[in-house]
Amino acid sequence: MSESTIQIALVLPDLLGTYGDFGNAVVLEKRMTWRGIKAEIVPINYGQPVPDSCDIYVVGGGEDTAQTLAVKHLREHPGLQRAVTKNAVVLGVCAGIQIFGESFTRADNVTHPGMGLIDSTSHAGGSRAIGEVIAEPAGGLFEGVLTGFENHQGRTVLGPAARPLAHVKVGTGNDGSVEGAVQGRILCTYLHGPVLPRNPQIADLLIEWATGVKPAPLDLPAVSAMRAERVKAAS
Amino acid sequence: MNDSPARLPLRTAAAVKLGNLSSTLSQKMGLGAGGMIGGRVALKLDPQALNRLTQGRRVAVVTGTNGKTTSTMMLARAVGALGEVATNHSGANMPDGHVTALSKQPDAPYAVLECDEAYFPAVAGASNPSVAVILNLSRDQLDRVGEVRTIERSLRDAVNKLQNCTIVANCDDVMVTSAAWNAPKVVWVATGTGWHHDSASCPRCGNPIRWQGEHWHCTGCDLARPHPNWITADEAMITPEHQKLELRLTLPGKFNQANAVMASAAAHAMGVPADEAVRRLRGVSNVSGRYRTIQRGGRSARLLLSKNPAGWSETLTVVKEANHPAVLVINAQEADGRDLSWLWDVPFERLQGRTVIASGERATDLAVRLTYAEVQHTIVPDPLKAIDQMPQGAVEVIANYTAFRDLNARAAADE
Repeated sequence: MSESTIQIALVLPDLLGTYGDFGNAVVLEKRMTWRGIKAEIVPINYGQPVPDSCDIYVVGGGEDTAQTLAVKHLREHPGLQRAVTKNAVVLGVCAGIQIFGESFTRADNVTHPGMGLIDSTSHAGGSRAIGEVIAEPAGGLFEGVLTGFENHQGRTVLGPAARPLAHVKVGTGNDGSVEGAVQGRILCTYLHGPVLPRNPQIADLLIEWATGVKPAPLDLPAVSAMRAERVKAAS
Repeated sequence: MNDSPARLPLRTAAAVKLGNLSSTLSQKMGLGAGGMIGGRVALKLDPQALNRLTQGRRVAVVTGTNGKTTSTMMLARAVGALGEVATNHSGANMPDGHVTALSKQPDAPYAVLECDEAYFPAVAGASNPSVAVILNLSRDQLDRVGEVRTIERSLRDAVNKLQNCTIVANCDDVMVTSAAWNAPKVVWVATGTGWHHDSASCPRCGNPIRWQGEHWHCTGCDLARPHPNWITADEAMITPEHQKLELRLTLPGKFNQANAVMASAAAHAMGVPADEAVRRLRGVSNVSGRYRTIQRGGRSARLLLSKNPAGWSETLTVVKEANHPAVLVINAQEADGRDLSWLWDVPFERLQGRTVIASGERATDLAVRLTYAEVQHTIVPDPLKAIDQMPQGAVEVIANYTAFRDLNARAAADE
């Protein structure tokens, strides 16, 4: 491991932090620090320029108006888009999956341009999807099931350049069958919980992408116990 | 029912009678506390019951995310200076709870109703209140109640429709200020408390909100902190007549000082002199079991209720002073919100170095949060057993809604 510190950008936590999304950044930071990898969280608030120099970008869920403002800000300050061209790792949750796409259409039928980072479009579904989700990994991307809590109106359709993160067993995800999206080093999901405390294997996958090294095993009994409980409760 | 404030139509009177009978039966048969079932029966039989039962009374409605039960109890005590008050004491804060409370005291000329924020438009519409109190608005039970901005908008629409109603609003809370901004008559209270994490952007125009000390303004529209009529000072309040009154509350914490000043301002709007209001509400010490201390084998366990990030953040401040061991109890039933993502918005890092037990139906979710907060802990799902495992002396027990309700009932049964 190099001497440099892995910088985790927490993107607009004041707009896109409604569902405990700060937890995803904490999990990345602690799982690196505990293994002797230097890491720090860099919050980027609304009104501030977005740097393109961070290693990992974490984007969370937000309310409708906040989401619209967030896209506007991220398009006006395209540091995240520049970072993607330099191979940065990105996690997009809920609103994240919608704003990273080509476009998203709200319940009022107004279509907003997305950031064009993943090959997808989102639109409002008939009913709000709320509840526990279980999904199986797609294409052997990670081990163990994906668990989380979804609470969203949007439905997402992936184009050929994006592939699903997982296949839904319980819950709705993107469309009732697939969940999330992966394109290059951008990983998106509808799942809260937050998603990384629930799914340490995804956290370690992002760390591996950022550092280029598969991280050493890290056994946290509380995490295994919680995963087992949640999977049992949802099944 | 003959001497009710406004004579009830036969249908309402019969509905109320049957409702009261159901409450009594529910209590006798051990089915519940009877706080809601009576109202539920009465509302089924007469959907207009809430409107009819409030006619002829002077009504105050109290809403907001945190502090509703405490503020309602304080306001009811204060308004007691004017006459008998009907009030829903046990947190049964939806229309069936209101109907039950009003049915039990048909002659009370005053009513002080705690109201769930999602039901505020319906309840305010039906009860024609003289005073509506909006304490604060922050994220809570996102899967049940919905997002904060949706609630703010529905409160805004509701208060704008109220005739002859004084809105008592917290001007240190951007969401509350926006909700009350266009109401014809508003009394602004500086509470010194507010959760800023849901108001980085203006709820009206979306532009950033800028804070300078206690003052704040929107950078895009005219929404800004209004000049307060009442001010919460350190352990005291300043009235619109610039009189400084010591609070000397029994309840701990800054948050309860804010509740007391909001309640005093509301009581004042109902016609109670400020000094009398404070004198009366000062004695509130045990709010549906909250803040009470239970004794278990040499342990004095203080029971504290916290339901959401803003509430937990405040309670962690209250328990900060003494380094007592803490039992944290988390459930995620429907009334709590089933999504526990909010645990990551609570600054549990402040408990580093303490003796902590994670408890409740979702103790393992809490244990994961504590692990990443680097707080040493053990897991004991049963909260009473968790208290018994603590060293003798003072113990702080912080629980969320159903966890608190169940623990409080079991502790009361043990006494």
